Amino acid sequence: MYVVLFFIFAALCVAGALNLLLQRHPINSALSLIVVMVSLAVLYLLLGAEFLAAAQVIVYSGAIMVLFTFVIMLLNAGEEDRAKSTSRVASAAGFPGVVALVCLLSYVYLSEKVHLGTTALGDQLVSTSALARVLFRDLLLPFEVTSVLILIAILGAVALARKEQN
Amino acid sequence: MSTILIFTLLSLIKIAVVLVIYLTAVAYTVLLERKVVGRIQNRWGPSRVGPFGLLQPLADGLKLFLKEDLLPTEVYRPLYIAAPVIALACALTSIAVVPFGGMSSFHGVQLFDIADVNIGLLVILGVTSVGVYGIALSGWASNNKYSLLGSLRASAQLISYELALGLSLVGVVMRAGSLRLRDIVDVQSAHGLLSWNFFGGLQFVGFFIYLMAAYAETNRTPFDLPEAESELAAGYHTEYSSMKFAMFFMAEYANMITVACVATLLFFGGWSSPFGHLLPDNLGGPVIAALLPIGWFVFKVFLFLFLYIWVRGTLPRFRYDQLMSFGWKFLMPLAVLNIVATSLWFAWRTTLHP
Repeated sequence: MYVVLFFIFAALCVAGALNLLLQRHPINSALSLIVVMVSLAVLYLLLGAEFLAAAQVIVYSGAIMVLFTFVIMLLNAGEEDRAKSTSRVASAAGFPGVVALVCLLSYVYLSEKVHLGTTALGDQLVSTSALARVLFRDLLLPFEVTSVLILIAILGAVALARKEQN
Repeated sequence: MSTILIFTLLSLIKIAVVLVIYLTAVAYTVLLERKVVGRIQNRWGPSRVGPFGLLQPLADGLKLFLKEDLLPTEVYRPLYIAAPVIALACALTSIAVVPFGGMSSFHGVQLFDIADVNIGLLVILGVTSVGVYGIALSGWASNNKYSLLGSLRASAQLISYELALGLSLVGVVMRAGSLRLRDIVDVQSAHGLLSWNFFGGLQFVGFFIYLMAAYAETNRTPFDLPEAESELAAGYHTEYSSMKFAMFFMAEYANMITVACVATLLFFGGWSSPFGHLLPDNLGGPVIAALLPIGWFVFKVFLFLFLYIWVRGTLPRFRYDQLMSFGWKFLMPLAVLNIVATSLWFAWRTTLHP
């Protein structure tokens, strides 16, 4: 049952990601990205991370992707012209780059495989309070540092977007 | 019969019953709104179809079914058709995690909810946040400037008020120590009215923030700028007709009912009676004792729906800049202050009585 669900949503996820690249219209790409994010949320849920699944839907597909579609609608972006946008540098550097990245990642994964833990698909759920205990007690300092980092990023965006006042 | 078969069968029956009741409630909320707004504006409201106009929803539904389904030539078809489906599907899904009565199981299946989820509150927030796409895409796919402006307003408004909405619920979650809706109600059911989050939990500020943010989330007056008829024709659903328009209409009222349900569950004790133990627990036999809580729940939800209509009949619409500054500069800081004050209160209480 869980394995069947896993394969359905994993396939949906990969199909959404491919569709995101192949679609010509930006709004279709944005919608495929939403499909990817929602199927990722289901995969989290299958691994027992229910809070993470809900946060994934609320934050990514509910807030961030709405902003994406908002910007696409506001700019009224039309269909992209494939013939113009294929640059030679991109295809020359892109494919070897992707191959190198995949090789590096699989090398790191295979060499560190012994140290990585495993988890099973199934009924066990991590409760929200257990997650909060890890996040706000054991990993408090990294968590707070990350939030400061995000705050700095927001301030930077505001500073860049602000008009010069004369 | 095996347990999984019984579970599936009972779940399907529950879904069918809740869906029928929910859709009927949606239809009669529309009638209630037309009647009450009519009386507020010194006229009768619908009164011709059936006794007191009670069959008006049936006539409206029939009319919308039989109208011609126009498809403008310049629309982007896949999204134009998908948008009302997304809006209605998300609105109807959110009722699935709402519990509306106490624990009473039959063959190991809970009778008075469709699904009892540990993170029920987050599921409701997540499903309603996905529902934004119905409105956003409808305006864009219509290829109409009024529709586009309406849906741009809607998405900006929903993103802005979702923050205040989420933050206003934190106090309630802190008191219950759980995101499960049944736990949140159980915390409030000890001493009737006095232990409700609104009174005993001291969450009245949180409640008013929730109420205002929820009115904005459901695009209701005074926050109905996405469909401001004097500026935008009908906003995001200008190009829709027949059943597609009806789906948006139903989604709006279904969302209203969900908001009323959540307000009841989180701040007004859900299905628990306001009199606490003043009423005997087994009043009038086991069947009535099981059904009376549902009566309380429906009564509270009805009061919230009435409040919605009352507000619509009373308040004028916000201006757009007022809407934004109200959400970001007033509701957001107030919600954060509410969280800080609530957590300080809980910390003080636990140090007094450890």
